[in-house]
Amino acid sequence: MLDIKIFAWSTPAIIALALLLAIARSSRNPALFPIRIFVIGYIDIMRGVPVILWIYLIGFGVPGVGLERPFNSPLLWGSVALVLTYGAYIAEVFRAGIDSVHESQRAASRSLGLSNTQTMRFVILPQAIRRVVPPLMNDLVSLQKDVALVSLIGPIEILRQAGIDKAKFANFTPYVAAAIIFLMITIPLTRTTDYLLARERRRTSSTRVR
Amino acid sequence: MKLELREVRKSFGSRAVLAGLDLKVSAGEVVSFIGSSGSGKTTLLRCINLLEPIDDGTILLDGDEISKIGLDPNPIRRRIGIVFQSFNLFPHMSVQRNITLALTQVLGKQDDEANEIAKSLLTRFALADKIDSYPDQLSGGQQQRVAIVRALAMSPEVMLLDEITSALDPELVGEVLDVVRELKGSGITMLIATHEMKFAQEISDRVCFLDGGRIAEQGQPQQLFTNPSDERTRQFLRRVNF
Repeated sequence: MLDIKIFAWSTPAIIALALLLAIARSSRNPALFPIRIFVIGYIDIMRGVPVILWIYLIGFGVPGVGLERPFNSPLLWGSVALVLTYGAYIAEVFRAGIDSVHESQRAASRSLGLSNTQTMRFVILPQAIRRVVPPLMNDLVSLQKDVALVSLIGPIEILRQAGIDKAKFANFTPYVAAAIIFLMITIPLTRTTDYLLARERRRTSSTRVR
Repeated sequence: MKLELREVRKSFGSRAVLAGLDLKVSAGEVVSFIGSSGSGKTTLLRCINLLEPIDDGTILLDGDEISKIGLDPNPIRRRIGIVFQSFNLFPHMSVQRNITLALTQVLGKQDDEANEIAKSLLTRFALADKIDSYPDQLSGGQQQRVAIVRALAMSPEVMLLDEITSALDPELVGEVLDVVRELKGSGITMLIATHEMKFAQEISDRVCFLDGGRIAEQGQPQQLFTNPSDERTRQFLRRVNF
């Protein structure tokens, strides 16, 4: 159950961080140039190093500087590492979505007197997010699997528990059970998104090409 | 003078699209711009709306210089409506929301009031039954009429129409032009970039032929279309079979 807990609290954090990074990277304000450079560097570094390495580095590294309980938990910092890395991956998904909204939408919005920020909020982001939901779900599914990596640095989670049970009973049923638990989360998640997207399409467009 | 352009220059790379263009438009006047593709019609309108920054020159709206560098463009754009060739409605919003977005977010109107404005304008242009539709559910002509309503809802002092019928099927052109005729009746200042020569002749108080980034010839439609004085105008009108 620890898996689900880590997944549940890190997902919103990841999405929030990713959106922030993507918006910062897509901003057109010349004054924000340093921030853009910083974000690009951050994304390059976080994506360039394997997730498991970040989990080790941050999960063991940060508690290692001698923090008090509960802030010395490798589980906590392992999840933070997950948020930081996945935030970078998903930021690029959002950025692709933002870039995919045609320039003429921005022109229309600005021509009505909406500011850059209002244009992003009301015109660009709603369209961008709808478009990236499928790839986003892809990443969330793989996040769900990478949550298992956090277990490597200490706490018991599904896979490890399965390993222990398997040693105890000498059969593979616990692994199968672990796989089923993963699937019980990912499949409904994917189907729900597909359903929501299809409903959205039906609501906004007239005919579908067969 | 409602709108005045002095020596306006705009280049894209090494290509000068506007090469020191001068123009004066008085309040309530309807001015059409004709000319071949790339003659700068669209760029001219986009510069007036500040969607494209100009390289040099001055643009005055009611005597205020709106082309100053560093000026906040948003309050100026509220006074100038633009309608685009490709409609550019927001596809994720209903017709009503397309119209009320700027009313609430830019002009700070309450939802009720904004909805009322949208409703009465849609009724005026025979689109009342489309209020809850989404842009993809409308024909091109209907979309363009909604786009005109969206710009009009902001009560602009000047309307810029950028080849608004060019992306439409021929049989849908008429309904959009009818809207423009009605707008002229309301006395709003309009600048129209168009390929519809007959329409330009009918609706305009003045027609400008653009060539080489300047107004090569301008005059009353009757004169310019039937008896152009500039050789380039004559050639252009021949090319478009007018």
